[in-house]
Amino acid sequence: MKLALGPILYYWERDTTFSFYDAIAASPVDIVYLGEAVCSRRHNLRTEDWLELADKLAAAGKEVVLSTLALIESESDLKTLRRITGNGKFMVEANDMGAVHQLSSAKVPFVAGPHINTYNPQTLELLAELGARRWVMPVEMSREALSHMQATRPVGMETEVFAYGRLPLAFSARCFTARHFNLPKDDCQFRCMDFANGLTLKTREGQPFLALNGIQTMSASIYNLIGELDSMRATDVDVLRISPQAFHTDKIVKLYRDALDGQLTAQAAAQQMAKLMFDQPCDGYWHGKPGIEQSYLASAEDAA
Amino acid sequence: MSPKAALELVCPAGNLPALKVAVDHGADCVYMGFKDNTNARAFPGLNFDQASAREGVNYAHAKGAKVLLALNTFPQSDKWERWQGAVDSAAELGIDAVILADPGLMGYAAKNHPKLRLHLSVQGSATNYEAINFYHEHFGIQRAVIPRVLSLAQVEQVVKNTPVEIELFGFGGLCVMVEGRCALSSYATGESPNTCGVCSPAKAVRWEQTPKGLESRLNGILLDRYGKDENAGYPTLCKGRFEVNDETYYAIEEPTSLNTLEVLPEMLEMGIAAVKIEGRQRSPAYVEQVTKVWRAAIDSAKRAPQSYSVNPAWMAQLNNVAEGQQNTLGAYHRPWK
Repeated sequence: MKLALGPILYYWERDTTFSFYDAIAASPVDIVYLGEAVCSRRHNLRTEDWLELADKLAAAGKEVVLSTLALIESESDLKTLRRITGNGKFMVEANDMGAVHQLSSAKVPFVAGPHINTYNPQTLELLAELGARRWVMPVEMSREALSHMQATRPVGMETEVFAYGRLPLAFSARCFTARHFNLPKDDCQFRCMDFANGLTLKTREGQPFLALNGIQTMSASIYNLIGELDSMRATDVDVLRISPQAFHTDKIVKLYRDALDGQLTAQAAAQQMAKLMFDQPCDGYWHGKPGIEQSYLASAEDAA
Repeated sequence: MSPKAALELVCPAGNLPALKVAVDHGADCVYMGFKDNTNARAFPGLNFDQASAREGVNYAHAKGAKVLLALNTFPQSDKWERWQGAVDSAAELGIDAVILADPGLMGYAAKNHPKLRLHLSVQGSATNYEAINFYHEHFGIQRAVIPRVLSLAQVEQVVKNTPVEIELFGFGGLCVMVEGRCALSSYATGESPNTCGVCSPAKAVRWEQTPKGLESRLNGILLDRYGKDENAGYPTLCKGRFEVNDETYYAIEEPTSLNTLEVLPEMLEMGIAAVKIEGRQRSPAYVEQVTKVWRAAIDSAKRAPQSYSVNPAWMAQLNNVAEGQQNTLGAYHRPWK
């Protein structure tokens, strides 16, 4: 299985972003998704900057894919979209049917991202006909549902699974970070930049539940399928996606790589990761349960 | 710009009595679902079987109203036949249009029932004309329902750049998330609108009176706690009170209703084809009240758009049935965001 690094879903300082990708260039990740997928107002990096980064990472031997915005509303969003889909060099991850429209009309191959709702073999077949070469499973899909997809998967189609990171669960027109500070979205003052891993939302009894990341709502818990490498192999998953978090992402990548290569048991990798994770793990979706639940090593932790 | 249909009133029909009152009080169209998870209001006790669907279609058609069928969940990988069968049933029943979200299912409908009119559901998450035109080119959709995220200016931009009719939500419970792109419910309960046709399902809800107040929980997760004088609404996940940075508030959305009565003339002017009332899960009394008010308002706006103003009596009547007894223009009005 190959390892992919998803697009950065948070809004980081420009310099932080560049140094992050310097570390990634040297990490054992095979595929790097680049670009702003969440909020069209974020502009620390412009499209030219992303393309420059793409060249650098490609020179470092990475397969580079440019990700598009999930929520495309305005004419200027569409203009940015056209620049990305028409870049002529790098593959594009479509995160909206508008992007699929442009890419399929231009007859260029693409990745159907996690925000394209691919829930059944008929839709996957259609995407293949339109030029998709890889699809990213919706985060809420279970292993069992995936196995039905894989049974009739079109020839040449790769399957990618979101395997690590706070789960991107929802998008809105409203910016919840701006709302927290009583700011209108149009004058948000980019407060999301102060929360490199999102802003944790807890229940009224203190249980971390969700994370606010601008217009996106994420899980507070960190989805982690390190314990499911064997079941993903058995389900013919081709690519595992690690979603960038503010700290230790390169170390997480290395632990996944070592576990995939058999240098480390999954259990040992999970134990080392526990020290690097800023919130609880969860893996419920893979098991067909509420996403917030955790199965792997849960009983061992209870015993400890 | 192509000539568009006049602003139609599309009302919810959770069951046969609701369908009849909607038709009787001036709905141009009613929309309904079958009794299973092929639609996004798969609630116990709601929706239509074949016999009641047939009776509903006959009733509506006899009075000149159209019937739309929502098949707007995403067929799950191993249960495709259920959705395919529902499309076949719709064609056989003489449904005027099916409201679909899944591209695979649209492909099936377009190929096998070329005369069946297709609408793109709000669950299809099409927020720009490139996306809408994709569905038009590939499946010939004739109408798209726009997620409740665009401002009116953005809606107008969409209308100008597509041959597809545009339908907007006008009134009812407000989804603050982009429809079709929210997995919060499955994160907490395992079931979501996309996969199961439900959000914050009733079977996962627990109410408990505690010394601190009345608590609502969803699969054990505390969504809210109410003081003695507070009204407790249905515990939809995104409408609870949570703590962020030690501050407790409606961090995602207050329990409010969308109400766009005041922008009806703008909607007419920009050529919106239809306005949709939310609430298939609500009672026939709700449907009757809302249908009456909206029929009167649309007729008034069409008759004299320049002098149109919102009748205070309409607002009072709608506020009686609104969720949270408050209303908002939502994303149509930018400051809401």
